[in-house]
Parts: sequence; C-alpha cells; structure tokens
Amino acid sequence: MARRRAHAKSCRTRRGGPLSAIVEFDSVGLRYGTGAEVLRDLDFRLARGGFYFLTGPSGAGKTSLLQLLYLARRPTRGRIQLFGQDLTDAPRDVLPDYRRRIGVVFQDFRLIRHLSAFDNVALPLRITGKSDAELEGPVREMLAWVGLADRASARPPTLSGGEQQRVAIARAVISQPELLVADEPTGNVDAEMAARLLHLFTALNRLGTTIVVATHDVGLIARTPGAQLIRLEKGSMTDPTGSLRNPPLGTAQAR
Amino acid sequence: MNSSFLVGTEAERRLLPGGTLRGPTPYVIAIMTFAMMIVAAAGLALANAAGVVAGAVEHRYVLQLPDGGAGKLEAALRSSRSMPGVIGVEAVPEGEMRETLEKWLGPGGLGEDLPVPALIHLELAPNADASRIGATLSRGMPGARFIAEQATVQPLLGSFRALRWLAVALVLLMAAATSAAVVLAARGALDTHRSTIETMHGIGATDEQVALLFQRKIALDAMVGALVGGALAVAALLLIGGGGLAMASELAGGPPLRGSDFILLALLPVAAVVLATLVARFAVLGALHKIV
Repeated sequence: MARRRAHAKSCRTRRGGPLSAIVEFDSVGLRYGTGAEVLRDLDFRLARGGFYFLTGPSGAGKTSLLQLLYLARRPTRGRIQLFGQDLTDAPRDVLPDYRRRIGVVFQDFRLIRHLSAFDNVALPLRITGKSDAELEGPVREMLAWVGLADRASARPPTLSGGEQQRVAIARAVISQPELLVADEPTGNVDAEMAARLLHLFTALNRLGTTIVVATHDVGLIARTPGAQLIRLEKGSMTDPTGSLRNPPLGTAQAR
Repeated sequence: MNSSFLVGTEAERRLLPGGTLRGPTPYVIAIMTFAMMIVAAAGLALANAAGVVAGAVEHRYVLQLPDGGAGKLEAALRSSRSMPGVIGVEAVPEGEMRETLEKWLGPGGLGEDLPVPALIHLELAPNADASRIGATLSRGMPGARFIAEQATVQPLLGSFRALRWLAVALVLLMAAATSAAVVLAARGALDTHRSTIETMHGIGATDEQVALLFQRKIALDAMVGALVGGALAVAALLLIGGGGLAMASELAGGPPLRGSDFILLALLPVAAVVLATLVARFAVLGALHKIV
C-alpha cells in the first residue's frame, strides 16, 4: 500500500497537465536474458484516440513491443509511460489497475480451455468485480456482435480457429479499454469476418479507444484511412515523417 | 470475483477445474492429521500420567532405618507422629520387609543375628518444612535416611517428560512435512494452470485474486483430508480407550485424557487446514512474484 502511494505521488509529479499521448517510449530497449537487444532505442508517442498498425517482417520485434505495451514485460533500458504514468519501474501491485485499461488480443488467443466462450469473454468483467447479473447482458451482446451468440456455452477446443479468435477479440473489448492491443487479430478469420473486426476496431476507436494492431495484412491497413503505420525492422523503428515522435491528435480527440 | 476468503463463486470454481480428491493433498493431509492426533494423544496421556505420579508422591517421604529392632522402629514411629507437619505415618510391617529381603538373600539368608531394616512412609502437610523434619527425625537415629519419594520416581518422570517432548517434536515435524507437501501441491497446481494464470494476469487480475483461487482449492482439499484423518484418529483412540486406556486409567488414578486434551486434539485438524491454506497462499504468492 505504501509503495502504491509512493508510486501515485511520483506519477503526480511527472504529470504536467492534459495529456495528448497515451503511450510514450523514451530510448526503450529490450533484451531477453543476456542475448542481443530485440528492441533498440524506441522513441515514440502514440496519441490518445489514435489508430496504429504495427508492421514489419517476422522476428522484427512486433510481439515484444506489444508485450511492453500491455505490461507483460519491463524494458531493460529506457522509460515507458502509459496513461501519463511512468510505469517503467512501477511496483508490480499497481500494474493490474493499468492492465485493466488495456484490452489485448493475444496472437495465440490465450483462451482458457476449460471455460465456455461466455465465461472467457466475461473474465475481464469478473476480475473487476462485476456480478453475474451485471455482466450477462454485455457478454451476450458482445458474443452476438462477433457472431457467436449460439456458441456461448462452447469451449475453445470445440471452436474453430476463427471462432476462437473472435472470442479472444470479444474478451479484449468487453470492458471498453482505453488502449486496445491486437497481435495479428485477423490471422485466422475469413475476409468477411476480418472486415467486421476492422469495423469493430474502428467503432471502438471512434469512441476514444486507442488501437494498436500488429499485422502483416496489407489489405487491412489499406481499408483503414487515417491510421498510422509503425514499421519495425530488426528491433528498430522507422519513423520517416517524425509523426510518431510528435503525434497529431487522435481521431477521437480531433473530433 | 465477489467472494469471501474461503468460499468462491461458481464462476471462480470453474476457473480451476479438477474436483476435490483428484490430487494428493487430501490424502497427505488425512494421513498427517491421523498421525498427528495419535502422537499428540499419546504425548498428552504421558504428560497426564507423569502429573498423576508426581502429584501422588509430592509430599511423601520415607524414613529408612538400618535396624528396626530393639524398639527402634516404635521409637521412630512415636517421634514421627509427634512431629508438627507430619500428617500421616505408616510403617512397612516387619514380615513384609523380611519377605522382600529374602527375595534378594534367599530363604534362610536372613539369620537371627542380621538386623532387619525398617521403612516408615511419611506424608507431610503441603506447607511443612521437609528438610527440618528430616533433620530432626534423623538426629537421634544413627544411619537413618530421610528420602523424598519424588527423588525415587525422578528417572521415571524424566522419561515421561522426554517422551512428551518427543511427541511435540513429532507433531511439529509432521506439520512441517504437511507444509512441504502442500507447497509441492501448490507448485504442481500452478504449473498445471500456468496458462490460466498468465491469461488472468494479462487482463488485470491481481496476485490476490489468483492466490485466492488456489488457496480455496487447497483449503477445500485440506478440509476433506483433515476430516477423514481426524475421524479415523478419533475411532482409533476410542478403540484403544475401550481396552488398554481404561486399564491405564485405573492404574494412573485418573483418565489418560482430560476434557481440555480432547479440545486440543480437536483443534489439530483445524490447525492442519489453516496451516495448509496459509502455506498454499504464500507458496502461490511467492511464485506469482516471479511473473512481471
């Protein structure tokens, strides 16, 4: 508790007024163990309400960068600010509060195999203390939205890859996160479902959610006007226009 | 996740599948509880027996005369009875003394010219000054010895004490073994459910929320194990109590286990459950701290 208070105090001193950036990376590097750095000198800011695609060849460090974004890892150097708070060295007991503000679509879905689709989607709400009565409606609605209303009681092993991915997406967005991080979210779905998911992301973005999608799907990028592209190559970021160092207002803020 | 420390919601129970009696925890706890209760009961019975023996001889002394003949025994009896602080005097009959000595010396070994020692049992008042009484009685009787009976039974009481501490040590060792088994079970459960934990962490579950799931599961297993082990131990004690213990009770002049002992024994299964729950909690929290 004392550490939480100290962290909150230190964060207050770092805040300097209204924030336009939801994510700030300052000279961030990441290495696993004693190996070479998989991410190097990442300096960028993501505007609140922005829509970003993260691209790059396999092994460029996209998943590692996303893991830093959803607080599954800490950088080995540099500073990371999320939601205006420096979380680089934040005590681990404050991290859950921030993780609850981030929706994540994991590349491997990470659905809990023995829970039904309904329970998987309901999990983020249960963690925040919502009762069964409170979460029943939103979860059914979300499952209907991703086209799985009739599969609510099915368990992940009985679902197809595309259905599992939709459950994972429903779970990521059910709590209306401020930041949505998705790792190849359309990798296992057909073109029609990909379009629907993109529509969902766009709708969420209009409501103010900052979206970061790692993808190889050029078509997805082309169908999202206004989205910014972040390109990673061998752990370094290319930002030829400099817009990621000084981001324009996100679409939601621009409105 | 609106639930109490020990009772989870239906949804929480679904998060960690695998019902009670699936893992080794309930069986280990049952065996350990059974053994702990039996050993503790034995330790308590020994402590009680030692107490009874010590209490029985606490104010009892023996006046030993090398020769009880020529009116020396009668003189000693008179002196003892008139001594303030002495509330009971009883001489061992000469015939009994001769019988005892013949066991050592053989029939006819005790000739007419050999003096027969005399023994007088004395019971002193609780506040009597034993050393003063002993000194006064021995003064006029050369070779007389005034011996506290407690000193005679001291080796026996010492053995009782050692066995009692051995029982305490065994109970503690079994508690430690139970803790180690629970730590292993908790680690095993963590490995089995690692993907669930990582997912929960990823979407904002706190260590407390994850630890509660595991500690509830292990508490439930421990409760079943402790109940079974405790019931078996009670059955075994009743079985023994019906036979040997009843005789021991007669010999010791009191029941081997008192009401407070039964309360203590009944608390052991509860303690086993609490211990298992706490150990599981700290093992899980310790393991979770290794995750970011």
